[in-house]
Amino acid sequence: MLQLENVTHAYDGRTVLHDVSADLTERRIGVIGANGSGKSTLARMLNGLLVPDSGRVLLDGRDTRRYAKEIRRRVGFVFADPGTQIIMPTVGEDVEIGLRGSGLSRIEIEERVERILRRHGLDGHRDHPAHLLSGGQKQMLALASVLVTEPEILVCDEPTTLLDLRNVTMIQRTLRTLPQQIVLLTHHLDTLGDFDRVLVMDEGRIVFDGVPDVAVAHYTQLMRRRLDDPPREEPPEPVGGEPAP
Amino acid sequence: MSMLGLYVPGDSAVYRIPVGAKLLGLFGAVTAVIVVGHPWTAAAAALGCALLYPLCGLPPRYAWRTLRPVLPFLALIALFQAFTGDWQVALRVCAQLAVAVLLSGLVTLTTRVSEMLALFERLARPLRFVGVRPERVALVLALTVRAIPMVASAWRASREAYLARGLRGRPHLMVVPVIVGLVRSAEAMGEAMTARGVD
Ligand SMILES: Nc1ncnc2c1ncn2[C@@H]1O[C@H](COP(=O)(O)OP(=O)(O)OP(=O)(O)O)[C@@H](O)[C@H]1O
Ligand SMILES: [Mg+2]
Repeated sequence: MLQLENVTHAYDGRTVLHDVSADLTERRIGVIGANGSGKSTLARMLNGLLVPDSGRVLLDGRDTRRYAKEIRRRVGFVFADPGTQIIMPTVGEDVEIGLRGSGLSRIEIEERVERILRRHGLDGHRDHPAHLLSGGQKQMLALASVLVTEPEILVCDEPTTLLDLRNVTMIQRTLRTLPQQIVLLTHHLDTLGDFDRVLVMDEGRIVFDGVPDVAVAHYTQLMRRRLDDPPREEPPEPVGGEPAP
Repeated sequence: MSMLGLYVPGDSAVYRIPVGAKLLGLFGAVTAVIVVGHPWTAAAAALGCALLYPLCGLPPRYAWRTLRPVLPFLALIALFQAFTGDWQVALRVCAQLAVAVLLSGLVTLTTRVSEMLALFERLARPLRFVGVRPERVALVLALTVRAIPMVASAWRASREAYLARGLRGRPHLMVVPVIVGLVRSAEAMGEAMTARGVD
């Protein structure tokens, strides 16, 4: 189980996560919130890509500070931009590289690569240059490359943001069929309908935690209020010399 | 678009030759053509290399594509040698270069990057004793190959943004956005690699 304990984090002195605590036990957990609310920062904590300034992130009681390597193996991560997740020149090689040093035999590696490519609709593309795939196929490849190492948990940071509707649906379907526990950050609120739990983040805090429809309603309302009543911090600079009458 | 003339899947005999043997063959053949140093032999060898493409199951256009980028150089060399009066030297040098280019093209077109990397990894193994990590060397080479389309797309994106804003004729203005774009991609890629445990 992933646990956040009083997690606080700042970039260059600006706090972007304030004392966040949560036990992530449900199988499918969504995270929503405005741009800059701290979702990605939180997600990066979950597999030790980032360690909190204070507080702890634990996987089965193990601190990401000490067990980063093991935790990264157990918690897979998919990013928004498939272009930057692909490391190797061809599709097959990219999937394969994650298995390097896994101790599997050549034949087992071949089998696993074949299987995962087939499952993600990429069979027949094995020797294809990865950078020539379509955006949706690239994201499928990124997903396949992460899943081939069989992580127990999958964290996805807006995996569908850069995709068209067809590819959004394709990725959503794939995610739905995975046996893994999933933590999904998304702006596609309709994806979360059948999730077990949705966290709403705002200004570095979890401001709502519950079932999807209520969470989405909460978030929508929050954003509407924000639009109607924008925060006024500094008055606008006067333009030109004369103050308005 | 086959960038770089990278691997083209196929199943003819060359694909089954181990990469080390291919590279040795390439090295041997090029050395032989240079050592023999005979213009007509070299020309025949160049022709032979071009014919190897269809024999290896690659459409002949790949031979043309491989050779095309170096044609201007060949033309320049030929012109220069022709002016200094020795057309035989011109023929020899051009044919030798064509052999080298066509054969190395054939090797890259029929060899997976990962095979090439595995070979480098093996070759770099003795360097382990001076602190080099062979799998690192191989990874860096792979990333270099991977970076080429990334640079191309960063360049394309910046150029399009530049043109879309109606800017013309000051291409140096694109240098900064291209570099910024690349640094950002490199950072994101580094993070993705860490997340995948490839580091
Ligand atoms: N590497 C960084 N250095 C400095 N500040 C950062 C960095 N990453 C994020 N931030 C800042 O932290 C805050 C939270 O960012 P974060 O990326 O976690 O938000 P988010 O909820 O994922 O937003 P989005 O929906 O836009 O992805 C933002 O104000 C952002 O500017
Ligand atoms: Mg984000």
